[in-house]
Amino acid sequence: MIDLAHVSRSFGARTVVDDVSLRVEAGAILTVVGTSGSGKTTLLRMINRLVEPSAGTVRIAGRDVRSVPPHLLRQGIGYAIQGHGLFPHRTVAENVGVVPRLLGWDRRRIAARVDELLGLFRLDPALYRDRLPAALSGGEQQRIGVARALAAEPPILLMDEPFGALDPIIRGRAREDLLAIQRRFGTTIVLVTHDMDEALRLGDRVAVMDAGRLVQEASPAALIGAPASAFVGALLGGGDRAFQLMSLRVVDDLVEPGAAPGTPIPAGTSVRAALAESLWSRRAALPVSRDGVILGRVTRAALEAQGAGP
Amino acid sequence: MSRAPLVLKVALLAGLGAFLVAPDAFAPLFRPFAPGDSPPIYAQTPLLRLAVNHIVLVAAATLAAGLLAVGFAIAATRPAGRDLLPFARAVANLGQTFPPVAVLALAVPVVGFGTVPTLIALVLYGLLPIFETALTGLGGLDPALLEAARGMGLTGRQRLVQVELPLALPMILSGIRVSAVIGLATATLGSTVAASTLGEVIVSGLLTGNTAYVLQGGLTVAAMAILVDAGFLALQRKATRRAGFRS
Ligand SMILES: Nc1ncnc2c1ncn2[C@@H]1O[C@H](COP(=O)(O)OP(=O)(O)O)[C@@H](O)[C@H]1O
Ligand SMILES: [Mg+2]
Repeated sequence: MIDLAHVSRSFGARTVVDDVSLRVEAGAILTVVGTSGSGKTTLLRMINRLVEPSAGTVRIAGRDVRSVPPHLLRQGIGYAIQGHGLFPHRTVAENVGVVPRLLGWDRRRIAARVDELLGLFRLDPALYRDRLPAALSGGEQQRIGVARALAAEPPILLMDEPFGALDPIIRGRAREDLLAIQRRFGTTIVLVTHDMDEALRLGDRVAVMDAGRLVQEASPAALIGAPASAFVGALLGGGDRAFQLMSLRVVDDLVEPGAAPGTPIPAGTSVRAALAESLWSRRAALPVSRDGVILGRVTRAALEAQGAGP
Repeated sequence: MSRAPLVLKVALLAGLGAFLVAPDAFAPLFRPFAPGDSPPIYAQTPLLRLAVNHIVLVAAATLAAGLLAVGFAIAATRPAGRDLLPFARAVANLGQTFPPVAVLALAVPVVGFGTVPTLIALVLYGLLPIFETALTGLGGLDPALLEAARGMGLTGRQRLVQVELPLALPMILSGIRVSAVIGLATATLGSTVAASTLGEVIVSGLLTGNTAYVLQGGLTVAAMAILVDAGFLALQRKATRRAGFRS
C-alpha cells in the first residue's frame, strides 16, 4: 500500500531521514518508534508531502505521490497529530466534516457520517455535535481529532503521537478504540510514537528509527525475540522481554479440553494477564469462556511457555 | 455588556439624531455660548449634511485603510511574503508618524483642495493600527492548527479564508475600531482644505469667536466617536465568541 524507496531528507547540512526503505501492507498498522529527534515525524510527513524528500520515492498503491497535487493527495489521507489541531471556531460536527466538505459531499451524507463517527468514538452525537472544541475534555478533543482524520473514509491514516497528551487510562481506551475502528474499516495506519510499549501493542509491524536511519523493521514478537542492535534492546527496556511477549499473545490458542476451578477468564485475555490471574488466585489452570460458554482450560505451564525466547 | 451603559448609548444616539434633524430646537442650550446676537446654531450648511459627509468620508477612508492594511498583513504572513514585512511596516509607520496636517499640506498642491487630500490623509493615518492588529492576529495563530489544516488538504487560500481570517477577525476589528475613532477626529482637519466635514462648524466658530459653533461641532464628533467605538466593541465581542475563544 505504502512504499518508501531510499527516502532521505536533509535540512541544510543535516540529514534528518537517511535512506529509509519501508513497505506497509494494505490494512496493516506500522508503528514507527524512536527517540525524540530521530526523524519519525519527518518520515511520516513525507508520505503526505507535508515535507518533500531530498531523495528517494514515496509510492501509494504503486503511484508516486509526486504525481498528485499535494492538497488532493492529503484529502485522501487521514492525518491526526498530538494536540489534535481542531479548529476552535468550528463546532465538533463542522470539524469532523472538514474534509468531506472539501470533497463536495452533500449535507445529509456529511451529517450521517459525523453521527456515525461520534457514535464509534462513544460520544453521543446529540450531546457533542454542536459543541465548540473549547467545551471538550482533552480525551474528547483527541477522539474528535481522530474522527476528523477518518471522516472521508481514507484508506490511509497517518498519526503523529496521537495519544501523547492523554493520561494513562484515557490513553489505553483511545488505543482500543483505534484498533476496533481499524478492524472495522481496514484502514492502513502509520503511527509515530516514542513509547515502545505503545509501538508493540498497536503495530503489526514496528519500525525502529535511530538518528534518521531505520535500524529494524519487524513484527513485535520478532523485535522482542531478536533485537537487531543494542539500541533496539535498550528501547525495549531489556529486563522483561518475556512479559512483553506474553502481553502480545492471547490465551485462545492455548485452550485445551478439561475442567478447572474458579471464575473463568474470557477468551481474548492476554497471556500476561492470564498468568497473573493464575498466580494471584493460586490456580494451576483456569477455565476459559466466550460469551458465557466454557471453551476449556488453560494451564499455567502453557502460559509460562509463551514467555520463552527463540 | 451591562445594562446601564447600553441605555446610555441608546440615549446618546437618540440625542444625536434629534440634534442633527432639528438643531434649532436646541438653540436655547447654545444661546449662552454665542456672543451678542449672533445665531446660536450653525446654519450655513445643514448640520445633518455635514455629519453625513463626515461619516461617509471616514467610513470610506477606514474601509480603504482596512483593505490595504489587511492585504499587507496577509502578504506579510505568507511564506513568500516574509521579505515584504519590513517594507509594509515602514509604510504603515510613516503614515502614522506623519502629522495629518502635513499630509494635507503636501497633498493639496498635487491633488487640489477638497475631499481627496483629506481622504489620503485619513487612509495613511488609519493604516498602522489595522496593520499591527492584523499582523498580531494572523501571525499569532497556533502552528499546530495551521499544520492540521494543511495536513487535511486545505489549499493556502482555503486555510486563509476558512481558518486564519475568522480567527484573526477579533484582532482585526479592534484595529479598525481604533482607526475609525482616530479618523472621526482627524477628519475635522479636512475642512481646512475645503472638505465638507463637521470641522467646518468648528473652524467657523473659531474664526468668528462663536463658542457655540465650536461646541456643536466638537460634541457631535465626540458623540459619533463614542457610538462607533461601542458598535465596533460589540462586533468584536461577537467575533471573539464566534472564534471559539471564551470571552
Ligand atoms: N523544518 C525543519 N527545519 C530544520 N530542521 C528540522 C525541520 N523539521 C525537523 N527538523 C529537525 O529534524 C530532526 C528530526 O525531527 P523530527 O522528524 O521531528 O523527529 P522526531 O519526530 O523523531 O522527534 C530534529 O532535530 C529537528 O530539529
Ligand atoms: Mg515528532
